[in-house]
This record gives sequence, C-alpha cells and structure tokens, in this order.
Amino acid sequence: MRKRGAIVKNIDPTLVILYFILVLFGWISIYAATYTPEHSSILDISMSYGKQLVWIATALLIISVILLTDPKFFSTFSFPIYIFFLGLLLAVLLFGKEVAGSKSWFQIGGFAIQPSEFAKFATCLALAKYLSASTFDLKKTTSKIKAILIIILPAILVLLQNDTGSALVYIVLMLVIYREGLSGNIFILAGITVAIFLLTLLIQQIYVLGLIWLIILFLIWIFRKSKRTIFLLIFGGLLASGFTFTVDYSFNNVLEQHQKTRINVLLGIEQDLRGAGYNVHQSKIAIGSGGFSGKGFLQGTQTKFNFVPEQSTDFIFCTIGEEWGFIGTTTIILLFLFLLIRIIIVAERQRSAFSRIYGYGVASILFFHFTINIGMTIGLIPVIGIPLPFFSYGGSSLWAFTILLFIFIKMDSYRLDLL
Amino acid sequence: MRKDPFSARQYIIMGIIVLVGMTFWFRLLFLQVVDDTYKQYANRNATREITQYPARGLIYDRNHRMLVVNEAVYDLMIIPRQAINIDTSEFCMLLNITPQEYTEYYSKAAKFSRYKPSVFISQISKQDYAYLEEKLFKFSGFFVQPRTLRKYPFHVAAQTLGYIGEVNAGHLKKDPWYRQGDYIGISGLESIYENDLRGKKGVKVVLVDVHNREKGAYQNGAYDTSAIRGNDLITTLDLELQEYGEFLLKNKKGSVVAIEPSSGEILSFVSSPGYDPNLLVGRIRNQNYKILRDDINKPLYNRASMATYPPGSSFKLLNALIAIEEKVLFPYTQYSCQGPESKPIRCTHHHETPLGPVAAIRESCNPFFWNTFKSIINKYDTPEEGFNHWRNYVVSFGLGSTFNTDLFNEQPGNVPQDSYYNKYFGEGHWNALTIRSLAIGQGELLLTPLQMANIVATIANKGFYVKPHFVKRIYQSQGEIEYVDPSSPKIVTSISPESFNLVIEGMDQVVQTGTARYYAKLPGIRICGKTGTVQNPHGDDHSVFIAFAPKENPQIAIAVVVENSGYGSTWAAPVASLMIEKYLTDTITRKSMESRIHEAIFLKKPSEINE
Repeated sequence: MRKRGAIVKNIDPTLVILYFILVLFGWISIYAATYTPEHSSILDISMSYGKQLVWIATALLIISVILLTDPKFFSTFSFPIYIFFLGLLLAVLLFGKEVAGSKSWFQIGGFAIQPSEFAKFATCLALAKYLSASTFDLKKTTSKIKAILIIILPAILVLLQNDTGSALVYIVLMLVIYREGLSGNIFILAGITVAIFLLTLLIQQIYVLGLIWLIILFLIWIFRKSKRTIFLLIFGGLLASGFTFTVDYSFNNVLEQHQKTRINVLLGIEQDLRGAGYNVHQSKIAIGSGGFSGKGFLQGTQTKFNFVPEQSTDFIFCTIGEEWGFIGTTTIILLFLFLLIRIIIVAERQRSAFSRIYGYGVASILFFHFTINIGMTIGLIPVIGIPLPFFSYGGSSLWAFTILLFIFIKMDSYRLDLL
Repeated sequence: MRKDPFSARQYIIMGIIVLVGMTFWFRLLFLQVVDDTYKQYANRNATREITQYPARGLIYDRNHRMLVVNEAVYDLMIIPRQAINIDTSEFCMLLNITPQEYTEYYSKAAKFSRYKPSVFISQISKQDYAYLEEKLFKFSGFFVQPRTLRKYPFHVAAQTLGYIGEVNAGHLKKDPWYRQGDYIGISGLESIYENDLRGKKGVKVVLVDVHNREKGAYQNGAYDTSAIRGNDLITTLDLELQEYGEFLLKNKKGSVVAIEPSSGEILSFVSSPGYDPNLLVGRIRNQNYKILRDDINKPLYNRASMATYPPGSSFKLLNALIAIEEKVLFPYTQYSCQGPESKPIRCTHHHETPLGPVAAIRESCNPFFWNTFKSIINKYDTPEEGFNHWRNYVVSFGLGSTFNTDLFNEQPGNVPQDSYYNKYFGEGHWNALTIRSLAIGQGELLLTPLQMANIVATIANKGFYVKPHFVKRIYQSQGEIEYVDPSSPKIVTSISPESFNLVIEGMDQVVQTGTARYYAKLPGIRICGKTGTVQNPHGDDHSVFIAFAPKENPQIAIAVVVENSGYGSTWAAPVASLMIEKYLTDTITRKSMESRIHEAIFLKKPSEINE
C-alpha cells in the first residue's frame, strides 16, 4: 500500500521544472505580444494573457488529477481512450464549428475545444499498448500495417477537418516504431522522395534526372561486385526518374493553392511579401531585428504593433526573438533540446515497454511541433499552422501537451513498482 | 521484460533532435546577429517620419508693410483602410461634394495606398475647417493636416512677387530637398529667393502599427527636429507707389520702373495689365492660371524686365553724353535743321534753327542728333572703330546685358555689334549713314523699361549706377543680415561727371519749356526728363518718357512705356510726372490729369481677369 503524500513520490523533478519554466516563459511572451497600455495588468482576464493564466491554472488541476490516477489506468484503458477520441474526431467533423477554414472545434458555451490536440496522447497510448503487446512482432507485415493504421486513422480524420498541420503531427509517430525496430530505410526513402520533389520544383527536370543517374552510376561503381545491388540501384533509379514525372502533376493537382504558394515562397520561387510571404517575412523581420540581446521586455515594435500575424499563437517565437534577442532564442532552443533529450533518457530507463514507447511518443510529438513551429518562423519550413508547445496561446493545446507530458511523468514515477 | 535489441537507436533519435536544434541555432545566429537588414526592415515597418512644414518667409515693402503673408488652410486627409462605416450622405453634405465625387476621391486615395494617408480634399479654408472640425470625429480614417497658403493683403506687384506651386518631377530630380506635394517658388521673388523663403523642414519620428496608426514618439522624440520658418524679405518696393503705378496704367499695356538712383533700389515695378496675385493661390490656381496664360494681353508677362523696345528719342541723351565725352559736341556746337525736309532724317518738331545741344534735347531735334552721331563715328579712321567706341559707352550703362541681381527672367535687350553690320552690309560697306537710326534710338537697339530707368538713374548720379534690385534685407530667425550685392555696389560708366551737366540742363528744359511742358511740369519740383515716341511696325507708336527728380539731389529715376498710345509727351510723360509727385510729395494736386490717365483705355480688349 502506498502512503499519503506518495502522489509526488519519484516523479522526475527535471521534467516538471522544465515544464513550468516553459509555461511561464510562454505566458510572459503572450503578455508581451498582445500588451496594450490600456490593459497593462498581466491578470486582465479580457486579454489573451489573462485567459492564458486561467488555462495554466486549469492545467494545474489536470496535473493533479493525472498524478492522482493510477498509471495502470492508462495502460488498461489505452484502446478505449483511443476509440473515444477517434469518435470525437468524427463527431467534430459532423457537429464542429468552422474556424478559419478548419472544422476542428467544438463550441461549448464560451469555450472552444479542439479534439485533434487531445487525440495525440490517445494515439500515443494506443500505439504504446499495441507495440508493447507480447503478440506484436514487427517482422510480420500485419503487425506493421496495424501499427501504422493506429497512426494513420486519426491523421485521416484530422486531415478531413482541413487541418493539414495537425494531421502531419501523427506521421512523426513513425519515429516511435523506428525505435522499436522498424527499418530506417523507410526514412531514407522518405528523405530521398522529399529531396527529389523539392529539386524538381526548383530546377529543370532534366537536371534532376541527370543528378539521379550520376549518383546511381557512382553507387554502381562502388557496389560493382554485387550484381543484386546493381539491379536494385537501377530499379531504384528508374523509380526515382518516374517519380520526377509525377512531381509537377501532384504539385499542381494534389496540393491546394495556399500550400503551393507556401512551398514556392520557401523555395524562393515566388516572392509575395504582401500575400503568402507576408507572415514569414514579417516574422523574420521581428526575429532578426531583435539582434543579439533583444529590444527588451515590452519594447518589441514588430510584434506589438501587429506587423506579425498570429503573434500570440503560431508565431509566438517572434516575440521572444524580438524582445530577448539571440540570447532568448538560444535559451528557448536549449530548453527544448534539454526537455526532449531528458524525455528520451527517462523513457530509456523504463522497465515497461509500454511506458518507454509512450515516452518516445511524447518526445516525437513535442519534437515535431518544435521543429515545424520554429522552422516556420525563421523561414526554414513552409508555413504550417501548429502551436509551439507550452508557449502558444490556447487552452486546448496547453491542456493537451500537459496531459501528454504528465501521463508520462506519472508512469515514470511508478517505474520502480514494476517488476 | 523483453530484451531490447534496438536500444542504440535512442542515440540516432537524440542525434536528429540535436541536429535540428543546431540548425535552428545557426539560422538564428545569422538572422539576429550577422545580418543587419532585418533591423532596417523593422525600422521601416514601425516608424514613420512626419514632415513638419515650416512657414514660408514673408515679403515686406521698404516701409515694412506686408506684401505677402501666410494663411492657414487645411488638407483633409484620408487613410482608406480606416475609413469604414462612413455616413457618406452626411459627410458629402458637410464637405459640399456629391456622392460621385466622394467615390472618385476615395478610389483615387485607395489606389495610391490603403494604409498610407493621402489628400482627400486639399486646402479647405479656415472657415470651412471650423465647421468640419466639430463633426470630424464621426468619420474614422479622416484627419486634417494644416498647411499654409500665400495671401496678398494688397493686390499689387503680382508678376514681381511671383507665385508658388507644387513641385514637379523636374524639381524633385534636381533638388532632393523636395518631396512630392511640396511647394516651390515658380516665378518672381518667390522663385529667386526660394532657398531663403522655404525655411527648414522639421521631422517628427513616430511609431506606427500595422494599420499605420500612430503609437507615440520614437525614442521619446530623440530624432525629432522642429521646423525653422523661412527668412523674411524686406524689399525695396514702395507699396503706395506700386499701387499708384498700377492704378495709372490700368487698361493700358506698358510698364513703369522707378529706381532710387543713389542705391539702385527699385521703388516700383509696374507691368500692365497685371492680375490680382490672390488668383494664383490654392485650389483656384490651376483654373485661373489657364485663363491668365491664354489672355491675349499676357498679364503673366512682366513687361518691365522682359519686354524690349527701341528706346526712341529718349536715347538721344546717351548720344549727347557720348559726343560730349568724345569732345565732338560742345555747349557752343550748332547744327541747322530743315524740319520735314531734313536729310537723312527728317524732323517733326517746330523749333528755331540752327540750335545748340540744350535746345536740341528740349526740342528732340532729329537732324541735330544725326549730326552728333555722325561726328562720333567719323572721329575715328574707320566707321567700325568709331562705332566700337560708341558701343563701349552704351554698354557701360548696363545695356545689352542683364544685371543678374534678383530679377526674374530678365531680358538683356540688344545693342548690335560691329560683326552684325559686317555680316549684314559686308565688311567695309557700312558707315554712319548706314546705321543712322541709332542716332535717334531706333533700329536694332532694344532696351527693357528697366534698362531705360537705369540710364536715367545713371544720368541723375552723373556717371554711376547701382545695379537695380528688389531686396534690401533678409531677416533670419537668428538675426538680421544685410543684403549685399555680389558685384561691386557702384558701377561707373565711361562718361565723366562734368559731361552730364549739359544733358541734365537739356532734360530740365524738356519739362520746363520743351516737348513735355504740357504734361510733365510739376510746380515746386524740377523734373528732368526726355520724351520718346517709338515707331512700332505692329501698330501705333509706343509712348516713352524717362525722368528723374528733383534736379538737385535726385530721389527718383523713372522710365514709363505705354504701348500703342502715341506721343511720349501725351501719355508716358504725365504718368512719370504723377508718379514723381506721388513719391516726393505723397499727394496728387493734378486730379484731372490723374483721372485722364487712369480712365484711358489702350487695350485691344479689356482683360477678362483685371475687371
């Protein structure tokens, strides 16, 4: 029997401290981004920073509930939770409210809830449950397919809500399967595919073809002793060449116009500083103008005077860049790297495969958000509207990331109780 | 627990995470520390420089009466993006415009920029503004920007003062000081003294948000500068004399130039027909400018310094002076005159014969001056040499060239050169007889009324002149500076002072008993003058009179040209005489003469603008 006060026993202090630093830093940044002299109190509930405080307070409540819950609950009810959230994703498609072209919100009174945010931890649980089952064997194709289905199913539902960004998040869970034994070739293949895709958009197809076959010839020369490899290489080359012919078609017919322009702007093919390129351009100006040490707290002109759109949500990193400068952005990156590495270290010390896999799920999702969000604000990645964990304004995302992380912290605190 | 064969993959995943972090770090290092351009972008984004327009310098007459002042007007500005939910019908009523005009102005502004302010209606008067100001708060996106317009309390000296207008592409290219929408002096003193009058612009740097709304001073106004108002000009003009000259020349074509001989200060500079300078101000400017420009009597044209005429008989004074200086004419010299039978130039006046130089000036005897001119030319071995000596005297009076002081678009006139005659008649094929019309101020000689006035000022000074000019002093906000003519103040002619006495005596006689005795004589003041009747191939003769007064201690030198009016004695002489009376006594005793002159009409068609 566990004693009273054991709720916080064995929980990893590093993760908890990092969580609170990030959340507080985020809250201050939201204050700085939307500050107006008329509403100068950080507690002003009519402003987004006042509301964020409410979300933080409720997140504390959620943390308490999670810490009070027996972690066995999560492993036992992984699939029911997963199915419940799949149901919610389906329901939001039918009864949801459309905001900015995406039908991904439930309106409950004055609040709006975004089920796709919560479906992430549910998917992590289900994936952990499935991969840790003794019947699971990655060598079997059906196991592979089932594992991938667990990821793909919610992704498709989110995609149907017209929220491409959130749908892409699920794909990153492939990283978890990789950790559990999936061949790394699939990532190399994906990397090559993306590279060929971008190259074909950037330069003429004939040069791409030339490049592909130059590399293949070089590889054939290296592996000239193995006939099988040579055949494989030639086959791969033919496939890649064929793929280049489909790039233009898929780019023009599969992607939507705003997605195409975002990619074009990133690649420098289009320069549209008033339209599609405006966000990123302004975002870079805000960050770049911060300089080494920043303009100082509440002194940012670009974010405060609304030059950067979505500055308290998806582009919150701009406020940090402008007001805290290179020192601030370096700190944020280090904090995230520290958090991610720490989660992996903690995951690796788990005795149960379930909690380890879940830990990797947490790390993967946070990593994806970190990469896409910051990459987008500094113009390295096309604009994909997903929040920066713990920083961006919004109840749903803060709650979802809190749940995601604290379930793992709770599991970790029980690691010694398991055989 | 299962054995975990893939445990090492944690390091690959960690590696990927660190790689992404490092990529971001390098990118941020470049964005924030290495590359400076984003800071400039940010400043361009969030700051706006608001120009503080200085008040343009004022222009005064010689007695510190204001000729040109500033009047506040207001430009109604619009920021199209912010102009939403406008009750257009009320707004149109307030501004007295039609809804179509509203739409037109709005789309013009929106086409320029939806975020930046542009002029919606320019130059709203103070009265209309007072009315508009009370209601303006109801119309978001509209605000008012004060500007100043020129105003002329006395409706005189329009061509001399000149006018201002918006800068054009040429000005913008030539001088980066100007910005689109700025005003610049286009003609007259406004143009010549542009650099003094315009003052110094100030700037206010303000922070703006993405909607271009002001958000307060940038760095507490550390980069702000205040506008410094333009310098004031104290001109040499005498307001009353100027007004009186314009009054006398009403409905006539012509000029009056009056100079203070000792200083070269221009007292009045009348060009008729003129116009009310207030017509070329503000919103009515363009429309009025077209009317004035197309007027057949050319009211925009400043005849006093831009029109050139043969000087006619008034030029005989100069020929007499040259002959005396060349020692070919003496007080006792006598020539005979056969009246209309005279050869090669006939005489139209009835007088005694033979006659000496004083009488010849008094009677304006053509044969006498033909003989005088011939004696100058023939004094030398060749006619060319004689002519060049004669010409050197003439140009020493400032003829044939511009004075280059502060006169706008001044014309040089013409004093022909020997090369001209060599080309026209062939070298060695011309002599005094060929160029005889110079003897009586006709032919190729062309003078501006200003140059005629300068001749008479030089005679009054007995041999020197000061270049005629308009500005006495320039008042700066930091104190006063005296206007200094860049050239030497006194220009001495080639005629020695003693040579003038005989000519001045003749001029005195002209008014006392000679050609101008009926119309120019002024009881109590000895006026010295000379009439001229200038033959004009295009129509009736021009009436010319040049004079100075008083005979001892001259205060005023004057030249009057009345186009197409006939004898110099009939029209130009009384104008000059009245002007002298006005200036020296400040009262007019000869009311009937005044009204005869004022009421006479010599314009082909009365100017539409000038009533």
